[in-house]
Amino acid sequence: MTRKPSKPNVPSKPAAPRRNDVAARAELYPLRRRQVMPRLLAGCGDALVIAGLGAPAWDVTAAGDRDLSFPLWGAMGGAVAIGLGLALAQPRRRVLVVTGDGEFLMGLGMLATVMVHRPRNLSVAVFDNERYGETGMQVTHTAHDVDLAAMARAAGWPLTATVNDDAGLTSALPAILAADGPVLHVIKVRAEDLPLVLPPKDGVTLKDRFRKALLGSAAY
Amino acid sequence: MNSTAPAADWSAAVHEVLGTLGVAQVAYVPDAGHRRLIERCCDDTKMKALPLTTEEEGIAVLGGAWLGGEKGVLLMQSSGVGNCINMLSLTRACRFPLLMLVTMRGQWGEFNPWQVPMGQNCAAMLEMAGVLVHEVDKASDMAETVYAAGRIAFDGPAAAAVLISQRLIGIKTFGR
Repeated sequence: MTRKPSKPNVPSKPAAPRRNDVAARAELYPLRRRQVMPRLLAGCGDALVIAGLGAPAWDVTAAGDRDLSFPLWGAMGGAVAIGLGLALAQPRRRVLVVTGDGEFLMGLGMLATVMVHRPRNLSVAVFDNERYGETGMQVTHTAHDVDLAAMARAAGWPLTATVNDDAGLTSALPAILAADGPVLHVIKVRAEDLPLVLPPKDGVTLKDRFRKALLGSAAY
Repeated sequence: MNSTAPAADWSAAVHEVLGTLGVAQVAYVPDAGHRRLIERCCDDTKMKALPLTTEEEGIAVLGGAWLGGEKGVLLMQSSGVGNCINMLSLTRACRFPLLMLVTMRGQWGEFNPWQVPMGQNCAAMLEMAGVLVHEVDKASDMAETVYAAGRIAFDGPAAAAVLISQRLIGIKTFGR
């Protein structure tokens, strides 16, 4: 057996991680997350808002911090679950969960769990930039064409859609804010690095202000 | 012998205690030891019984329930505790009340060695995560222990777990 001699003691260069050719597309999506969030909040009235950790929590703060917003600093994968418990406790109030694709991917089981009680007041909006924004903008699975809206549809969610541009957002807003749920919208937003706008960090403060605004004296 | 003596049925007493505590949401991953209690909660029109795909969902659901003014309980077996650890940061950072009832495996005459790691370390892991642990090994203590854990959880607020000994549930032998 013959073998070509390799260069001694020179390790071969490891292959670069394959960068999906479509990964850069999110840098061209027309919707900008800091312009989408104010439109959701402007129309949501006194809805109860849960914002997933990372960029959605900064976005909800940049759009105007409010007592009935509960931005998360952790609990990755738990935003929809918190929204479900809240929606079941407050069936007459709209509950809007705004989270990112990475956070949502960590809690995919909730696509099934939500469907047990199918709360009509629960709306989930996933700001999908196909990136893990807090850790260096690594691509998430949605950059590889994983379709979160189709997954929700397969789980039986009565209304799911993907929003790709401004016209799509305008036509989806009434459903995001008021359609019988559970509804899920995947809003494709541009992958961009934005200034941090931080909400209060103390969880007890966030909890207490939310309960006081919602429940009044019954909060204590 | 296929199993120990038939386990005493504490489900009615514990269900009554949950009602007394004002529990409205019952999140669970099924377990044989919780079967009768889950059935009672599903039949109770004042309770919303919620099956989960994984236990940490329940930690977050019950945080949301409390934000909305409702109390809840989370039912699981000891293997599920490991799934909850990071999500318990939510409970601790926000000081949400949390009442967990955990049926133990991997503990008393366990047939399945894969249950042993979580069964043997469950209490220590919960304590490290900031959960107050109440262990029960007599059926006659079940109701009052759940009540005590519930009071410390909801009056705190605090996170409290009741670990229900495998001796109360019976040894699962898969018929061998």
